[in-house]
Amino acid sequence: MTETTAEPLLGTDRLTRHFKIGNALSRRTLHAVDDVSLAIGAREIVALAGESGSGKSTIARLLAKLYKPTSGEVYFEGRALSSIRSRKDLLRYRGDVPMVFQDPFSVTNPVYRASHGILRALALHRPELSRQQRHDEAEHALEAVGLSPASDIMQRYPYELSGGQRQRVGFAQALSLRPKLILADEPVSMLDVSIRIGLLNVMADLRDTRGVSILYITHDIASARYVADRLIVMYAGNIAEAGPVEEVLARPRHPYTELLLSAVPDPRAELNVTEETGKGEPPRVIDPTPGCRFRWRCPLAIDVCHSVTPELVELAPGHAAACHVAQTGVEVRAFR
Amino acid sequence: MASVRTDADPQPSGSRAGAGPVLAVRDLSVAYAMDRGAVLAVDRVSFELYPGEFLGIVGESGCGKSTLLFAIAHLLAPPAAVIGGNIVFKGENMVGLTDDQLTTIRWRELSVVMQSAMNALNPVKSIGAQFKDAMKAHGVVSDDEITARSAEVLRMVGIDPIHLKSYPHQLSGGMRQRSMIAMALLFTPDLVIMDEPTSALDVVAQRSLMVQIKTLQAELGFAVVFVTHDMSLVSHFSERLMVMYAGQVAEWGATRDVFDTPRHPYSIGLMGAFPSIKGERVPLTGIPGRPPDLSRRQHGCWFVPRCPKVMPACRETNPDLYPVRDALVRCLLYAGGADGKAAGD
Repeated sequence: MTETTAEPLLGTDRLTRHFKIGNALSRRTLHAVDDVSLAIGAREIVALAGESGSGKSTIARLLAKLYKPTSGEVYFEGRALSSIRSRKDLLRYRGDVPMVFQDPFSVTNPVYRASHGILRALALHRPELSRQQRHDEAEHALEAVGLSPASDIMQRYPYELSGGQRQRVGFAQALSLRPKLILADEPVSMLDVSIRIGLLNVMADLRDTRGVSILYITHDIASARYVADRLIVMYAGNIAEAGPVEEVLARPRHPYTELLLSAVPDPRAELNVTEETGKGEPPRVIDPTPGCRFRWRCPLAIDVCHSVTPELVELAPGHAAACHVAQTGVEVRAFR
Repeated sequence: MASVRTDADPQPSGSRAGAGPVLAVRDLSVAYAMDRGAVLAVDRVSFELYPGEFLGIVGESGCGKSTLLFAIAHLLAPPAAVIGGNIVFKGENMVGLTDDQLTTIRWRELSVVMQSAMNALNPVKSIGAQFKDAMKAHGVVSDDEITARSAEVLRMVGIDPIHLKSYPHQLSGGMRQRSMIAMALLFTPDLVIMDEPTSALDVVAQRSLMVQIKTLQAELGFAVVFVTHDMSLVSHFSERLMVMYAGQVAEWGATRDVFDTPRHPYSIGLMGAFPSIKGERVPLTGIPGRPPDLSRRQHGCWFVPRCPKVMPACRETNPDLYPVRDALVRCLLYAGGADGKAAGD
């Protein structure tokens, strides 16, 4: 599609997921994800940003094969996920593409030691290892995410670990599987500000020293900028804009990206209050009609925005936006 | 302690309680009774809040900020209890008041907006019915008056009064949080206490809500105590900022001043812990270590294990709050009334 990588590690082709809601009398369809085509290359951190309800977690679950797509396809190393049938292949895929969850307090079983999850995942995904090897691998993984001495951490119960430490255990568990891509769904948003940076640094380190790619799902643009190579901005189930993170932040092409950037609280900058400030909420996408989903909030909307859904089009090398106005070549300045 | 104000500060309108503070907290201490002894969650906190002022309180989880709010709102439940100090609200000491006496103050003069509107609102009652409950509990009996006022406060927060008939699940997160604020304003209180009211919202909705709170404050003149873990959020909205660590005030001053020249090593660490979307992309370190376990009282400053500027004396002496220009800082670097530059940077 609009990506520059020749053969991405993981790619999606018009990935779509709808949910049926309502009852027999009022059947409606929630369009959680519509026509999303993205690519994640080797050794890169891609940030997927957007408001709640924009479809970013649904994408993570589609990629983790926790949901089946309504239409469209996910390809991992060239192979379609829908062709994975056997349990063996599924285990292999989940070992290659593990997931790290948002809430470090609810993913660990409180009655087991920290080592439990890692050792179990290893037994499941890498059955060729002996008990001793599993133990060594677990220690390695814990050291790699900055938990040392690992032998001590392994023996602890979750209540003896802080939120930041638990989330590191989550990354260690993913890492012990020798993954190629980690799906991290809001991994730092429940942690204290002073702890977050440490974990973001762990993510960058995994990329730099182990070549692991990470899909970093977040609503925090500043942390996306800190750690990611590329940024994908979601709005109401569609990709609004995608490109190299610095490029997108410096020259946003989609009015929604602009709005998002203007709302980030920054003590070092002036407070930015625009017309939009009064309304500011994303739509729930139920039985949408064609047209841009941002048109109701967009001060630049033109006639075509109300009738034709904009496609994601590359406007600069590797930088694409789904905006009719931006695609006419006009510089988008809606919220500045 | 002077009331420091910034340029952006809207002067409170209307005639309020006069020149005195709306709220004066003096040496307030709150402890949780635990098996192994009392844990001091709030340790001798003092501040004054003037009519129409917006005070931001920031800190990490477990620093005592929510316990402090609960103490002020008289919502502490065992094992937590106020063990010392005063909470003087409009000239009256609230510590030791009975529930009956509190009823005349609560919601009429002092209201609370909680963190999660989804949990704070009753899911099986319409918004209007919940407003009505609150008004009836505080002595308003006329249905006409209740309906009129309910519609009025909803309009104030930018929600169509048609939603008085809506149930919480029919509203978006932002609207639920706005209706909580509307509910807090039913009686035009002098003080609204807010515990992370925007933390469940997206940045765009968050900013919109903050601007709304600020506008209402300028119109109605109530004072706000706003607790958050997100320092950058209050940077544009609060006049004064209190940074809490381990149940104590670590730093306390004009918001702009604390942001421009943080003085406590913890505040300095916090400022350097969140990345920016502008300027150079620089590596950050956050603050190493983790917040202390308050049940294990140690000698000296609580921040010692994480402090990059620790001195031998820090392990022995419990630091006081030392004045540095208009701010107060709990750090021995400033004990001599110095600026801390010589010992610090």
